[in-house]
Amino acid sequence: MEVLLVSLLNGLVYGMLLFMLASGLTLIFSMMGVLNFAHGSIYMLGAYFAYESTRWIGFWSALLIAPLLCGAIGAAIEIWGLRRVHHNGHIAELLFTFGLVFIIGRSVQMAWGMLPMPYRVPASLDFPLFTLYGLQFPAYRGFMLLISAGMLGGIWLLLKRTRVGMIIQAALTHPGMTAALGHNVPLVFTIVFAGGCFLAGLAGVIGGNYQSTEPGIADAMGPIVFVVVVFGGLGSLAGCFIASIIMGMVVTFSVVIDASIADLLRPIGIVPRSDDLLGEILTVPVARIGALLPLLMMVLILFFRPRGLLGTRDT
Amino acid sequence: MMLEVSDLHAFYGKSHILQGVNLTVGEGEIVSLLGRNGVGRSTTCKAIMGLVDPIGTVRYRDRNIAGLSANLVARMGIGYVPEDRQIFPTLTVRQNLMLGLKRAGRFGRWNFDDVFRLFPNLAERQNTPAGVLSGGEQQMLTICRTLMGDPDLILIDEPTEGLAPRLVEQVGQLLEEIARRGVSIFLIEQKLTIALQISHRLYVMGHGRIVFHGTPADISGRADIRREWLEV
Repeated sequence: MEVLLVSLLNGLVYGMLLFMLASGLTLIFSMMGVLNFAHGSIYMLGAYFAYESTRWIGFWSALLIAPLLCGAIGAAIEIWGLRRVHHNGHIAELLFTFGLVFIIGRSVQMAWGMLPMPYRVPASLDFPLFTLYGLQFPAYRGFMLLISAGMLGGIWLLLKRTRVGMIIQAALTHPGMTAALGHNVPLVFTIVFAGGCFLAGLAGVIGGNYQSTEPGIADAMGPIVFVVVVFGGLGSLAGCFIASIIMGMVVTFSVVIDASIADLLRPIGIVPRSDDLLGEILTVPVARIGALLPLLMMVLILFFRPRGLLGTRDT
Repeated sequence: MMLEVSDLHAFYGKSHILQGVNLTVGEGEIVSLLGRNGVGRSTTCKAIMGLVDPIGTVRYRDRNIAGLSANLVARMGIGYVPEDRQIFPTLTVRQNLMLGLKRAGRFGRWNFDDVFRLFPNLAERQNTPAGVLSGGEQQMLTICRTLMGDPDLILIDEPTEGLAPRLVEQVGQLLEEIARRGVSIFLIEQKLTIALQISHRLYVMGHGRIVFHGTPADISGRADIRREWLEV
């Protein structure tokens, strides 16, 4: 029971962190058709920037400085990079962001080295928020939930209640028509790209000391965020949100489940032989293949519902 | 001339869609562009609007606008109503109309009351997502959305496509209302019904070129042109 509740909370924290990354990525992807491979790298930059500004100024200002820096980098990437390669089609854009992954990755390694940075939870948030069945729930995770929920409310208000948000929604479905009504769609693209990078940077600030701040985190987060975007469906923030929470739960729960498929089959009388390949696959505990599950789910959804959970179009 | 298109070419990939189109629209004029599907009528509109890369000259009020991006063309006073309607499905009817305004709260010849008086259906459904409207309602919404931006010249691509006869008549009345308010109209049609009634001049297009130009009376006397380029 306590494992269930604690995992539920942890899954929620992780899911919301995923949503902070995936929401930006899905907006960029559905509006501009660009799958930004470098989104995870921006997340990593956010963590490193947060580490540096925490060192020099303090954690609370890092909460603003690091996302702003990431947003500025995003705007620069869009204006001087993506916009130029756009004429050469989506493949060129994909390759461009793919190249960015290596450039950012190497730059981070050159600047900070391969070892994890001592970016820690600030002392003011380093206490147990409450104790559940003898297990402590750290206040910092509560803080992460607060930030990500605030962000969720913020983008909801922006998209639903402001004119810029309406133009963004319009450009999600018909960018050409939106431009033909006199709206500066390239500027909207820049705003969305920079905004997505701002959110990735913010996720990096609160994720960097939750996971660890090292060059590997871009590769650790990148693919799973991509899975969330595909799973949730293009053009739908609601789908993206649901997918993020599901993935957060799947990843968190799979770590603690020690059962295997064979355990499921046993009550109905099927006992796999343990000496052949199939038997071996069936007896692998879920915890050992946890990292595979999200990818497996992506493959399944691509088979049975290619547009994703709540996607509005197929591509 | 308000709009003067000369030697306009456009390509989709390697196919040469527009092969030297010449046409003009005067202030306050209603001009129709007729022709069968696939001869380049929609592409002509998109090239004027900057949604397709144009090669050639497009002069609007003595300024060459060929190659300007669509939002700048729109801000110079040209409105565009696409044939596939392109309403914003997740936004409400009212929000769709609001996005027609180039700046929030700045109304020109048209405001919400005009639209809702002309189309009571849209008034009733102003807070429903535009995606659930019927085809006819969507057509009215898409024209009204463009009107909210107060264009001086409006390009309308096949507004009667797929509409019931009663709605076709309504579109015709709307076009007359638009003209009464001093807006020039460049209308793309396949059928002759509305175009013959309201146009001052007509162009007929075939294979990426203008093949006939004249008044409605001229074309009524030219069965050969109708047979070769218009009748299906």
